Order: sequence, then C-alpha cells, then structure tokens
Amino acid sequence: MTTAPETSRRQKREAAASHGRTADRKNGSGKKRTNRAKSEARLGWLIAGPAFFIMLAVTAYPIAQAIYDSLFSFRLTSPDDRSFVFLQNYMTILSDTGVFWSALGVTVLVTVVTVAVELVLGFGLALVMHKALLRIRGALRTAILVPYGIITVVSAFAWYYMFDINSGFVNSWFGWVPGIDSDLDWFANFGTAITVIMASEIWKTTPFIALLLLAGLAQVPDELVEASKVDGASWRQQMTRVILPNMKAAIMVAVLFRALDAFRIFDNVFIMTNGAAGTEVLSLLAYRTSIGRLEIGLGSAVSVILFACVLLICVIAIKFFKVDLASGTDAKGGK
Amino acid sequence: MGQSQGSPRRGRTVRAAGTALAAAILLSGCSDSEDVPVLTWYINPDDGGQATLAQLCTEEAEGAYTIQTSLLPADAPSQREQLARRLAANDSSLDIMSLDPPFIPELAEPGFLAPVPEDVAERTTEDTLEGALAGAMWNDELVTVPFWANTQLLWYRESVVEEAGLDMDEPVTWDQVIETALEQDKLLGVQGIRAESMTVWLNALVESQGESILANPEAPAADLQTNLDTEPGSRAAEIIGMIGSEGLAGPGVASMDENQSMLLFQRDQGSFMVNWPFVWAATNAAAEEGAVESELVDDIGWAQYPRVDEDTASAPPLGGINLAVGADSENQELAFEAIECIVAPENQTEYFITNGNPPSSEAAYEDPALEDDFPMADAIREALENAAPRPQTPFYNEISTAIQQEFTPISGVNAEQTPTQTDAFIVEVLRGERLL
Repeated sequence: MTTAPETSRRQKREAAASHGRTADRKNGSGKKRTNRAKSEARLGWLIAGPAFFIMLAVTAYPIAQAIYDSLFSFRLTSPDDRSFVFLQNYMTILSDTGVFWSALGVTVLVTVVTVAVELVLGFGLALVMHKALLRIRGALRTAILVPYGIITVVSAFAWYYMFDINSGFVNSWFGWVPGIDSDLDWFANFGTAITVIMASEIWKTTPFIALLLLAGLAQVPDELVEASKVDGASWRQQMTRVILPNMKAAIMVAVLFRALDAFRIFDNVFIMTNGAAGTEVLSLLAYRTSIGRLEIGLGSAVSVILFACVLLICVIAIKFFKVDLASGTDAKGGK
Repeated sequence: MGQSQGSPRRGRTVRAAGTALAAAILLSGCSDSEDVPVLTWYINPDDGGQATLAQLCTEEAEGAYTIQTSLLPADAPSQREQLARRLAANDSSLDIMSLDPPFIPELAEPGFLAPVPEDVAERTTEDTLEGALAGAMWNDELVTVPFWANTQLLWYRESVVEEAGLDMDEPVTWDQVIETALEQDKLLGVQGIRAESMTVWLNALVESQGESILANPEAPAADLQTNLDTEPGSRAAEIIGMIGSEGLAGPGVASMDENQSMLLFQRDQGSFMVNWPFVWAATNAAAEEGAVESELVDDIGWAQYPRVDEDTASAPPLGGINLAVGADSENQELAFEAIECIVAPENQTEYFITNGNPPSSEAAYEDPALEDDFPMADAIREALENAAPRPQTPFYNEISTAIQQEFTPISGVNAEQTPTQTDAFIVEVLRGERLL
C-alpha cells in the first residue's frame, strides 16, 4: 500500500531527477556539470565495467564463435578436412524433416503444454500461499518450493526409476487405472514417454511460476479488492476484473521466463529416453551433434538455430505482449 | 577466533608446525616430480584392477616412472567423447589410455595416437588371440596394444535345454533358441535398448553369416558402402524383428541393457541369453547375497554364440580394452615401457581373476587357477578366436548411432524395410545430407 507521504517523497525525487537531467542537457558545456558527469560516467564504468567485460567474454564471445563455426564443415577428429561451406549446414538442418523438424515440434509441444499446465497449477499454489492456511504459511511455502530446489538431473532419475518397467513402482501401484498394467513400458512409446517427461518438468518447475505469481498477487492493492467486494463483485468477478488485470505484468514475466526455460529442456529427456521413442528435443540434438558426433560445424548451426528460437520467443513476448521486465522496480515509477 | 586470542603462544606453535609441514610436503613433492616422471593412465571404471596394475608396474619400474590413474566416464561413448576432445586439444597428459576397440580408427586416423614401436608391438602381440588382434589394428598397422578382450557367450538354463532336448555340445542356432523359448513360454535375454549393444548384436548376426556391415570400411565418409540391404542383412533383421514382435524379450525390451537382460535371465522365465562373461561373477555374487536362489547357479550353462546358419560358425561380438599412447604425450617411450608391464600375461590372468575381464593373450589362459573362478575360460578363449570386430572406420560412431535409431524398438524391425532404410540413412548421414 502506498501512503500519502511516500507518494509525495517519490514525486519530489522524480522531479529532482528530471530537473537534473534537463539541467545536464542545458548546461552540456558547463565545466562543473561536465566534470561531475564525467566522473559519474567513469565511476559507472568502474563499477559496471568488469562485469560488462566478463559478460562479453563468457556470452558474446562463445555466441560469436558458434556462429563462425557453424559456417564450416568441421569434425573434431578430422581437423585437416575443415572447409568453409557458408550456409550449407543450415540448409541441411532445415531440410531435415525426420530429425530437426520433429525435434522442434517436440520442443514446442513440451513448451506449450508445460507452461500452460504450470501456469494454472502455479496460480492455484500462489493463491494458497498468499491467502489460505495462514497458520502454517511458512511450512507450506517451504514444502511447495522443495521440488524447485532439487537438481534437475536428480529429479529426472527419480522420475525415471519411478516409471521404469524394471525397477519402478508406478505400474504396480496404479495397476487399477485402465491402460496401466505391469507390462506397460512408459519409455517405449512417444505418448507415454513424453507424458512422464512433461510431468517431471511440471512437478519441478511449478513452484518457480508459483513464486513469481505470488509476487504478482502481493502487488495487487488490497483496497481495490475490498472496493470491488463492497460493490458486490463475486469471487469470479474479483479475479477477472481486479486481480488478474493488476498482475498481468507478473504473469507475463512468469510465462516468458518459463517458456525460455522449457524451450531449452535437456536433462529430463537425456536421462529418461536419450531421444528414443521420438522424444528428441532441440537441445539434445545440439548436444548429440556437437559432443556425440564431434561435428562442430553442424552442431554449432543447431545451437545457433536454438538460440534464434529463444530470441524469437523473447521478441514476441516483449514486442507483442508488451512484457515489462522492469515492472515492480523503480523504472516503472515514472509511468 | 576466541581460542587464538586467548592463547597466543599456542597459536604461534601451531603456525610454526604448519609451516614446517607445508615445507616438508612441498619439498618432498618437488623432489618426487623432478626425479620420477609421472605417467597418467586414463582408465575406464572397473573393480580397481587397473589401479592395482598401475601400482604394481610403478613398483616394478623401480623409480623409472610412476603411473597415476585418472578415471573416465562409465559408458564407452562418453569415454570416447572425453578422450577425443582432449586429444584434439593436444592434451599432453594422455600418456596411456584405455580404449574401447570400435573407436580406435577414429582416433588413429587423424594421428592422435603415437605409433607403437616395432619391438613393443612384437613382444606384446606374440600370442594375442586373433579376434583381439584384429580389433587393435587400423590400416593394417598395430596402433594400440591389446590388454583385455571381451566376447559374448550363449548362456542357458540347463532345465530349459533338457526339456527341449537340445544337445548343447553341438552348435545351436538362433532359430532353435527362438523356437525353444516360444514352446516353453520363456523369455530371451537380449539387449533391445537404444544403445551401443544394439550394434554389437546386429554386427554379430551379420558377421556370423560371413558378411560385414561395411563393404569398404577404410574408405572416406562419402564413399563408404553399407551391406545391410543384402540377404544376410535381412536375415539378421528377421531374427531381431521376430524376437521383438513375438515379445520374446519381455515387455521391458526397450530399456533392456546387458544388466537388465541378466536380471531377466535370472528370473523363472529365463531361458537363453547372449551376454558378456561379467554375468557369471555377478550371478554368483547375487546367489551369495541371497538375491537369487542358490540353485540358480547350478542351472546355468554356457556355449558358443548362436549360429545364424546351421553350417557357418558364429562370429561372437568383440569388446575389451586396448592401451594407446597419446601423440602429444611427453613420455611416450616410458609409456610404452609401462604398457608392456601392464599387459604381461601374468597380469592379464590376475586381472581376469580379480575383475572378471578376460585376457587377450593366449598364455594368460594357461593358469590353472582360472578353472575355479571361471570354468568357462576355455569357451571364452575359443569365442575370442572367432570374434569379429564391429566396423573399423573413423565414422563408426555415425554408423552405430544410425543402426541404433533404425533397429530400435526391436518390435518394429522388419526384414524387408529396416535394412534398406538403414543403408540409405547411413549413406545420407555420412554425406552430410541428413542429421543423425
């Protein structure tokens, strides 16, 4: 809740800041200001510079190297046969319906289904954490967050052994469910295998979405909800007219982060099926091509395409759905 | 903190002692590394046998060198990945490497492996079993030193063959094995998982008919020709597909590796199994622990790998480990000296007894001590004489992965289509026209 004194302080602060900016511009040639601006800029570089260069070294450089490598036909175990092929690797990949497009399809399927299910479940959990069961709130929040704290590889193994036909208990515990019996090999068919993979993914990352949505719920001003109650709004109307519109930014950020994450799914597939039964995803394809086949050129091209897809998701989210990544911080204060 | 503030004198004593200790460690460390070269041996995981051999040979060297082991990942493809990356990056620490035979050509072709000196080659391969020797070569040259050699046997349940009236002293065919399992409603222990074991199986089936998966294994990628779309290829696919479609390997066949097929074989429905000799030690251990009934061990028999044609001897799979020296190693001479020590026949025998990995040297089988622990040692030696390596080409990984993708799940393998599709797939992948 924003109190009156706080509002006036913020207004003053913003006024001061905007005055400062105008003054900077007006007195661009003024000696005093310039010196100060200069030293501020220098300080800024001193503080952010090292981080900036480290970021360049660990992200920009590998990306550039991958793009460069993707233009070559280059196999690690035949270093002398390296040759420039320009876009040939991309043509090979994009014209391969059996492997690439199928992997892309599976990746999109996993992204869409897991994000949708997680959003619904996560919202429910966020509501529970926010309002219900106040007495055990601390324990409840901890319990909900446990899956998120587990390393993905570990949770993948846990789910694998749970459903594995040789060592798993699911077939015997749920034998009464139609379609499940002791002879069901979950990882032998696409439908069942991808279901287990997605279930594991959902189980593990729903808490993350719930946490982001909880932050969004906390931002909805109580007086708005109370006012709508006084006006006689039903629970449903409160949700659709007051709460959801007010936390749209939080929802979009949650969806964007999870979509980016889900699109890069690797661990669960790698552990459970290693791409068998048609469950190959893009990250696994990139891994198998670069690391398994040691085809650095072709593998880099797959990685670049994966990176382009992730960028595309970002652009769509930010341009078309107007996700404001800085919502909830001071940057929004001026709006 | 409080303690050091409270008793400054004690703190000083501790610091002085610490400094002295550090100095001692540094000095002794320096003198060690200066005098005695350290050879790094990259080993695959085992029951500690390679580490013991490293120690033994270090002692025998009497200060000429020290062998230090460094552990590689558990499965063969991951071992290959790590070694290939290190070799490509000119890592000079690769003094000795434990290599899985199918990946030798890929590492030998670009010159990543130091050539084996002629005298070493002569001494270490004097009595090497034929199959194991074939796996150590590339382009008709010995590029690695055979250490231990592995092969598969046909394991069977005495009770099952008795009921079927099979004479196991005579060669058995896959048809007989399948028929017996069908008649008695039993399951077969085969490896249906999408992994290296699939290529091992297919290769053995094709080689057992006197054919090879590759027509010209030494050709460059674009010219390699595959032989699967032939009579032997479709016969191999027929056997695999039959076992798959009849459900003869049980419902869990898609995730059945060597270990899972052993567990299946140990159960009541077990009848026959093709598998490596580790199953003998593992089943005995399980019986001792009480995990399986103790009578089970007495019910297990072994024979040579099943034939495809009645009249053609089978060509069992070849595995094992060969030793190689990295081309960038700074201690190549010493490394080959150490390898000679490691692969000495008596060490191979000891390694077999303690770790269950069969020797590649014929002389190593002559130790009478083997009879107690490995009564099938003679059968293994015979199988190693006939064993056929998997396709020896620098592009083995591509070929194997393509086979694994096309031949799993085995219930979908079809004698008409699968070999043709696999042939086309491999050729397109090798020409860089398709992804894998």
